[in-house]
Amino acid sequence: MAEVLVDRVTKRFGDAEANRDISLTVPNGEFLVLLGPTGAGKTTLLRLIAGLERPDAGNILFDARDVTDDPPAQRNVSVVFQQYSLYPHLTVFDNLAFPLRAPARRIPESEIKRRVEEVARLVRIDHKLANSATRLSGGEMQRVAIGRALVRRPAIYLMDEPLSSLDAKLRAELRVELKHIQADLGATVLYVTHDQVEALTMASRIGILEQGRLVQVGTPQDVYERPANIYVAARLGIPAINFLPIDALPVEGAPPRTATVGARTEHIELVPALDGPAEVVLVEHLGSENFLHLLVGQQKLVTLVPPGERWHPGARARVTLRRPLCFDTAGQLLVA
Amino acid sequence: MAEIDLQGIQKRFGDFMAVRESSFTIRDGEFFVLLGPSGCGKTTTLRMIAGLELPTEGKILLDGEDVTYKRASQRDIGFVFQLFALYPHMRVRENIAFPLKCQGVPRAESKRRVEEVAKLLRIEHLLERSVSGLSGGDSQRVALGRALVRRAKACMMDEPLGALDAEFRHLMSVELHALHDRIRATTVYVTHDQTEAMAMADRIAVMNHGVVVQIGSPQDIYDRPADMHVAGFIGSPPMSFLRFKSSLAPGQSSVQLNGEAIRVPPLRQGVVEGELALGVRPEHVRISDLGEMRGEVFSVEYMGTMQIVTINARHGQLKARISARQRVRVGEAVGLSFDSERLVVFDAVSGSALKSRLFEGSVSG
Repeated sequence: MAEVLVDRVTKRFGDAEANRDISLTVPNGEFLVLLGPTGAGKTTLLRLIAGLERPDAGNILFDARDVTDDPPAQRNVSVVFQQYSLYPHLTVFDNLAFPLRAPARRIPESEIKRRVEEVARLVRIDHKLANSATRLSGGEMQRVAIGRALVRRPAIYLMDEPLSSLDAKLRAELRVELKHIQADLGATVLYVTHDQVEALTMASRIGILEQGRLVQVGTPQDVYERPANIYVAARLGIPAINFLPIDALPVEGAPPRTATVGARTEHIELVPALDGPAEVVLVEHLGSENFLHLLVGQQKLVTLVPPGERWHPGARARVTLRRPLCFDTAGQLLVA
Repeated sequence: MAEIDLQGIQKRFGDFMAVRESSFTIRDGEFFVLLGPSGCGKTTTLRMIAGLELPTEGKILLDGEDVTYKRASQRDIGFVFQLFALYPHMRVRENIAFPLKCQGVPRAESKRRVEEVAKLLRIEHLLERSVSGLSGGDSQRVALGRALVRRAKACMMDEPLGALDAEFRHLMSVELHALHDRIRATTVYVTHDQTEAMAMADRIAVMNHGVVVQIGSPQDIYDRPADMHVAGFIGSPPMSFLRFKSSLAPGQSSVQLNGEAIRVPPLRQGVVEGELALGVRPEHVRISDLGEMRGEVFSVEYMGTMQIVTINARHGQLKARISARQRVRVGEAVGLSFDSERLVVFDAVSGSALKSRLFEGSVSG
């Protein structure tokens, strides 16, 4: 494992700047997640680190060694893509062993067997080692793909949306497992996703990208509780954060220059009141709680309430915002 | 608008029993969701209601009229499928108007209805556009418009949002729900996505292996699952199960797990030396030193407002959904206590829930 340093890297495709002057350190053993919508430049940054693209400016260093001009094979990285590309004519065992059998490595077969079996246990595919790779479910194939990356001990694991082709239940299971495996191995991971739940639940730190620029890097708590600006705040939170002009509702604890208020469930206090300004327009059931959609004048507001609170469409409420996030006219976070 | 009544419906494909002996009524104006994993028979059930498949046994009544052997075109039912099959060479307007044209609705009337539906779906500005350049969401709105413009007695939807990405799917489901609240068309909606079902349904029928396992309101099914399949399918994360062996008597209001007494709603039925499972929803677990059970934290998933904590306990793995403010560390030994009024005891062999006081609050069965 290694520390990876991205130093003022820019990458252009024609006129489009996919990455703009990005500097980032991934310390040894960290699980760093790059989060952003499609086109933000996350995959480009991953490919630059992998050596699949060359930067137009800036350098990439592994453990202080400049690898900017090294081809992928010399960088000692492992990559997992969204689409598991297994060798269909090989068994699960041989798929997992493949990276170890590269002639240059000269690893004895007994050692290969040991490592394949270890990794197979880790990704819980050890009962299917003799199966053909094509006779697996989608989830199993993706576990083999992840296992094939893990069987090596590269400088860094690079993962590009490895869970996004899986169904919700399996994704939730593999999230937990992947984080565990990473912690057990002490692996350095750079993980690309547009799914905020993956970012919040797995990351040591999250890097948020907007149109090729790295806007904020911090722990999940940091970026959730102290988002640098409106863009970052909008990326995180279920239901999505509500943005309102400062004068829309009574606000407690807003600094003087506040133009926009960002209110999440934990900032919203609702009191049923027949003459309240907010009207419930929709109740969405999740079981564990409900999403309450409210209208305050023209302003929409969505918040979570426990299922025990019997809200129904047409009900009215008074709303107070307690210590919400506050942003200035430029959309930057204001600290009280 | 109409009530749909299924009486003893069955469907076999050769040796394969796709749908077994199902009877239920979909109420007039209801948003009714058929929910289950792939292969459970939900789409086959929908297709029988629509008239795209004939049942092997049983009867289907639409507003009291037996339509079992009527063709789809004679049933006055609209459809929306996952893959919005729009006519690519037509504009949005003609796509929506198509069913009316087939029915010979006069042009002025057709124009009025198309525009009304377009307004409802907020696609009026797209009416003159070709459908080939539309986004996924807009295409799906056009497909919905085409189903709604007919004002059919009922509308069948087969995973209509399945092809959209997650964020957008949620947005469309909210929109669809709001739309249904306005027009109150009897709607049968098929999905394998429990979140979608919970969010949209008036009532859900959960299916498994061709059988309707449970019918009820979303909250009812969530709070009072009929069996372990339903309990484990619904919820995000779903219910956790702690497995144990015991004899239980009716009236008993606690179970023994490893010598520790866990309070449960008073049981209305007993078991002798049964393989059992204690079902616990993540939001009904509290982490506190005073808890009656011990466990070790296996993982902590921070989600902003909440966190999901996975705990390894002696009888199984358990998930707790707690405030993100509470500090919990991986590897830490913790005490667990439960919201005892909400626990469910299952027969782990048959999977069925044991009847208890919890089920007496049930509003539908």
